[in-house]
Amino acid sequence: MLIRYILKRILIMIPTLLVTSALIFTVINLPEGDYFETLAAEMQAQGEKADMSRIEFLKKEYGFDRPPVERYVRWVAGLLQGDMGYSFEYQRPVREIVGDRLLLTMIVSFATIVFTWIVAFPIGIYSATHQYSWGDYGLTFIGLIGLAVPHFLLALVFMYFANIWFGTSIGGLVDPQYLNQPMSWAKFRSVLEHLWIPVIIIGAGGTAGMIRALRANLLDELQKQYYVTARAKGLPPGKALRKYPLRMSLNFFISDIGDILPSIVSGAEVVAIVLSLQTTGPLLIRALQSQDMYLAGSFLMFLSFLTVIGVLISDIALALLDPRIRLQGAPTK
Amino acid sequence: MTVDALQENTLKQLPPDGAPLPHAASTAPFAPYATEAMTPEQERIYLASQWQLMWWKFRKHKLAVISAFVIVAIYAMAAFAEFLAPYNYTTRNTDFIRAPGQSVHLFHEGSFIGPFVYPYAMRLNMENLKREYEVDHTRPQRLRFFCHGEPYMFWGLIPGDRRLVCPPEDGTFFFLGTDRLGRDMLSRILHGGRISLSIGLIGVSVSFILGVIAGGIAGYYGGRVDLVIQRIIEIVQSLPHIPLWLALASIMPPTWSPLLVYFGITIILGLMDWTGLARSVRSKLLSLREEDYVVAAQLMGAKPARIIGLHLVPGFMSHLIASATITIPKTILGETALSFLGLGLRPPITSWGVMLNEAQDINVVALYPWLLYPVVPVIVIILAFNFLGDGLRDAADPYR
Repeated sequence: MLIRYILKRILIMIPTLLVTSALIFTVINLPEGDYFETLAAEMQAQGEKADMSRIEFLKKEYGFDRPPVERYVRWVAGLLQGDMGYSFEYQRPVREIVGDRLLLTMIVSFATIVFTWIVAFPIGIYSATHQYSWGDYGLTFIGLIGLAVPHFLLALVFMYFANIWFGTSIGGLVDPQYLNQPMSWAKFRSVLEHLWIPVIIIGAGGTAGMIRALRANLLDELQKQYYVTARAKGLPPGKALRKYPLRMSLNFFISDIGDILPSIVSGAEVVAIVLSLQTTGPLLIRALQSQDMYLAGSFLMFLSFLTVIGVLISDIALALLDPRIRLQGAPTK
Repeated sequence: MTVDALQENTLKQLPPDGAPLPHAASTAPFAPYATEAMTPEQERIYLASQWQLMWWKFRKHKLAVISAFVIVAIYAMAAFAEFLAPYNYTTRNTDFIRAPGQSVHLFHEGSFIGPFVYPYAMRLNMENLKREYEVDHTRPQRLRFFCHGEPYMFWGLIPGDRRLVCPPEDGTFFFLGTDRLGRDMLSRILHGGRISLSIGLIGVSVSFILGVIAGGIAGYYGGRVDLVIQRIIEIVQSLPHIPLWLALASIMPPTWSPLLVYFGITIILGLMDWTGLARSVRSKLLSLREEDYVVAAQLMGAKPARIIGLHLVPGFMSHLIASATITIPKTILGETALSFLGLGLRPPITSWGVMLNEAQDINVVALYPWLLYPVVPVIVIILAFNFLGDGLRDAADPYR
């Protein structure tokens, strides 16, 4: 039953991803002109004599003299073979460029997720069990502030005060002196010194959302009869909470996997730009702006793929953990 | 009691010979619900309409009620920006570039003279080329109220020059300081609110309409149509938001007028947010379409659009409004993020995001922190909408 369901889901994934790839391709090609035209214009603007023959050669090399449909088919065929294409701007394969930044991005994202969960979980439980208390109001309010302040601004202010109070260098994830050095203990410490700023800022918004969802879910569960029964037969509150409602509200965390997976590799773009982190987010934004088509397209495709996989994983995990969730059949009345 | 006594008793109760027997039933007026009689208080709740109940429940959520007032006040301030702002938002005061705010005083050297400001003079520090402003504490300059200030066109239509507060006759009044062109921050924030706040409303309307239509069709018809729409929703959701905004925003040709760009950005922001709404509409409709009143409407020959729009959607309109309220702040934040990246609105259109775009340098935090003031209304309005949304969501289900 489960295996059949998984197979069916994977089969549905194929058309979904195909349509997504077509959409991404169109969206990237929508703006007027292409990377080579921009390049030629830039060279002319800088007073260089544009080497038109070179640009013509490049265009031919990348298939830009062909109709878009053909380019699309080629791109998808390449993706299927694990070939993410070649970046015009960096003159290197997309896989290498993204790979360079992936480790750092994943460090930041993992730290952020762990931070979010460590903060949101106890606060959510406290808020739900102490509904309408001052603690509940205060913590919810702090969480909402994290949601309401634009992240880029928070980043600027944090960076400034970190520099004034702790002498942390502005921007980046390491002190400038360690920039091109191999990983060492001192460099690692420098990374830790910088890491907390993006982690708190990116985590702030997510924490607020998670607290709210956990609180709402727990409140629903706490009203259910099985919990009342458990309390009535004399189970201490802590144990009763741990045994039943908490497990139910965990479903929410699991169904969140679908969103978490892509965000691990993309990171928060805007914050990363302000803090000039060497993560994949700014790379993607830059690629979109300069119409570096294969870099932007393949990376976006990678993200969409991870989302679809994430949704699938969370659905399967939910079905395994909560037998009440049915996989098939139309909703009944 | 003996048997004889019992017999005697029964005889006493019987009417005398010849007289009619009394009626077996009670003569009291017929009142089948007498045992379930309600107090006036209960009756009021029992007879109240759904909207009435929701209002009563909403009223209890104090924070939400306060937030509603705050939101109305802020929208009103944006609507009457011309009247409230001491300057036009485009007026450049070249003598006062990046000037700090002038605080309003009431007492000068111990004596009360009403609201006034101290003038300041700019001096260029030749060492670091920084403009330094020196406050002259000897000359208080009184503010004027309900005065004739710089002429303006109210909403671009009605000419006028009456303002709530004007700078002193030979002085300046920059309550929140000025920006890099010497424009008054307070006036710009008031005018910028008009754009930022309306983007929230229009964007949400777009996603609202899209969500109700797509979700309505998917939920009502079910089956294959549902499957296709579900996939479309999944695809839109699987695309990362910010890159998609970027790509769509860069489609808009640079030759477009700022107003067109404004509408374009609004629609882009709306296009991203409809999926959540569509999903909730769909899941509601899936269960509601089996109800008897829908079958009745179908039998009477009502068209699907009529059934969805007239019979089904109103049933959970309150939920929709609540969830729409929560997406408004998202749209407002989205605009600030897009404009911050330089891809949203462009000057001369002034929005809070555009103003913050000028404050993205770390120097601003260090040297001209007043350029960050536009973030205050952003935070306030987003908090207010969140609280209001919470209150509405709680109230949306008054029978619980």
